[in-house]
Amino acid sequence: MSKQFKPKILTFLCNWCAYAAADSAGVSRLQYPPTTRVIRTMCSARVDPVFVVKGLKSGFDSVFVGG
Amino acid sequence: MPDMKDEDIRIGVFICHCGSNIAGYLDMEELSEYAEKLPHVTFVQRNLYSCSEAGISEIKKGIMEHDLNRVIVASCTPRTHEPLFRSSCAEAGLNPYLFEMVNIRDQCSWVHMKEREDGTDKAKDQIRMGVAKAALLEPQEPIMSDVQIRALVIGGGISGMTAALSLANRGYEVVLVEKEKNLGGMLNQIYKLAPTMTDASALAEEKIRAVTGHPNITLFTGSKVNAAQGFIGKYQIDIETESGIKKIDFGVILIATGASVYTPEGLYGYDGQRIITQLEMERLLKKGLDQGIKNIVMIQCVGSRNEDRPYCSRICCQTAVKNAMLIKNQIPEAKISILYRDMQMYGVENEELFRDSKAKGIRYINYDSVQPPEVESDKVRVYHALLGREMLLPADLVVLSTPLIAHEDAVEISQLLRISIDENGFFLEGHVKLRPLDFATDGIFLCGSAHYPANIREAVAQGLGAASRASIPLSQGSVVVEPIISVLANEDACIACGLCVALCPYGALEIQKTEKGEKVHVIDVACKGCGCCAAACPQKALDITHFRDRQIFAVIEAGGAEAQ
Ligand SMILES: Cc1cc2nc3c(=O)[nH]c(=O)nc-3n(C[C@H](O)[C@H](O)[C@H](O)COP(=O)(O)OP(=O)(O)OC[C@H]3O[C@@H](n4cnc5c(N)ncnc54)[C@H](O)[C@@H]3O)c2cc1C
Ligand code: SF4
Ligand code: SF4
Repeated sequence: MSKQFKPKILTFLCNWCAYAAADSAGVSRLQYPPTTRVIRTMCSARVDPVFVVKGLKSGFDSVFVGG
Repeated sequence: MPDMKDEDIRIGVFICHCGSNIAGYLDMEELSEYAEKLPHVTFVQRNLYSCSEAGISEIKKGIMEHDLNRVIVASCTPRTHEPLFRSSCAEAGLNPYLFEMVNIRDQCSWVHMKEREDGTDKAKDQIRMGVAKAALLEPQEPIMSDVQIRALVIGGGISGMTAALSLANRGYEVVLVEKEKNLGGMLNQIYKLAPTMTDASALAEEKIRAVTGHPNITLFTGSKVNAAQGFIGKYQIDIETESGIKKIDFGVILIATGASVYTPEGLYGYDGQRIITQLEMERLLKKGLDQGIKNIVMIQCVGSRNEDRPYCSRICCQTAVKNAMLIKNQIPEAKISILYRDMQMYGVENEELFRDSKAKGIRYINYDSVQPPEVESDKVRVYHALLGREMLLPADLVVLSTPLIAHEDAVEISQLLRISIDENGFFLEGHVKLRPLDFATDGIFLCGSAHYPANIREAVAQGLGAASRASIPLSQGSVVVEPIISVLANEDACIACGLCVALCPYGALEIQKTEKGEKVHVIDVACKGCGCCAAACPQKALDITHFRDRQIFAVIEAGGAEAQ
């Protein structure tokens, strides 16, 4: 492969935990690949399975739910 | 505004440099040029610091001069800055829920510091996703609800009595419910209190007198809560009293149900006679010790810090040292050995007590949990882990330090009020550091050993703290709830299956009779907008305001597309 595969990861983060954790990763300047595209929800329980399917159909390579 | 015509939507995008925090790592020019091309975007501006006074006034000016009806700030995190930008929108006459924040700092520039190009692409995608959401935002009005100015305190030990008095002294009506015939809780069974060595009964009597004589406190002893429903401001409670069921409404509830002492059945030959618990030791001390007792061995961590109860009960080391000192007072020539794993003597006074006890000749012997002491008919055999040899200690009395365990009623109360308990059965606070006296459920607070083994000082401090927390909604008289809540978006679809009602962690849903038959009803002040109901509803009848299905769909679609 000549071009490196850069996945695009649909990322759901719970406002109270995983989103806060992602913020503190930033505060600590922890570096990770710029492959996530984040949607904040008020709880990971908001993530309807349909959202996951929708994400894969819309062009994302994978879906991550943090909560 | 949901039916606002597409061409009427005017989105303003404000992109923050955050000094060099963002501008140092992302291509700001490219971001603003890109944002200008996005659908409905009519105004784009870059600010050095969007949250500064200058930045805020630029945002307000932008709203008014460009007639913006949706605003996006791409900057830091909504967790800290959304309230500020929302209120700026409100000041410029825009409904604050027509604001959307895009995080391009904490979750972008700060974590992709060496990937300018890909980081900028990510920021573009996130801005495009924000624009897609903004176009579909709807104005929301805050939800207000009255608060019943009355507090319920469950449990009449030292923490509950302290909390009740504190609230009553502020002028609030308090109902105190105690299961037993008498107030006082564990204090009634204790002799003297470490570290001050004052009489436990004196403290109990003083508090009981104050509580029973207080005009604002109604006391129900020999009573229990046996039904509960409602939410902050309006909890409807059934109290089973000696004279029948009383139905009373409360604005707030405090849990102060304490803990119980573990009985070590089957451990170290426990018999309640020669081999007893520290609690039984308290009773013997109260009566006055038999002067024939010369040799005493205490064993720490009996039934605690093991597989069944992995936690440290915190108060038993203090209690052992205290009781050893009190035994010495009554029988000065008594020989006392304390067999311990680790001595939990935190705090200045406890450290001092610990030192004093050594000066008084109390012996401390370290044992290893894999090789615990053995209690024989008149002695205790222990392998001294530090000396590395076995010792034989004569023993007229063996005292076992057993932990405080969760009160047997904790499970029932947690189910009645829908509040959490931890893996050891103690009540679980809303947040370890930020909300140590609150439950996750609004309007319910906790204090004392109900939360975790506490000594008197901690139980009193927590009682005062919980009363103070509880007095906030009482003094305000009403509560404002964030209008991000569940709504029955498609009433016809609801089949009243009750799945959502069972799942809701906050008791915010109920099935009601309507003209169209049974339907779910959202109690908006109780709803936290977590959205598990909407995700679970097999009929797709429920939706969450500000996080509606179609809003999230639009954001997903925008995110999946390629940046042009
Ligand atoms: C042997 C021993 C010695 C101790 N010595 C000391 C010491 O020297 N110094 C010190 O600082 N601390 C000491 N402590 C700790 C002290 O006992 C606690 O800090 C204190 O009792 C905690 O008070 P509380 O109000 O939280 O709970 P508790 O005293 O346990 O009171 C809880 C009350 O709630 C009631 N209740 C429970 N369930 C319900 C229900 N469903 N409905 C209504 N009411 C209910 C109970 O009947 C009880 O009256 C000792 C503890 C023990 C076990
Ligand atoms: S306080 Fe002491 S005796 Fe009690 S569990 Fe903790 S370490 Fe063991
Ligand atoms: S899960 Fe859906 S269909 Fe079932 S009661 Fe709740 S809203 Fe109605």
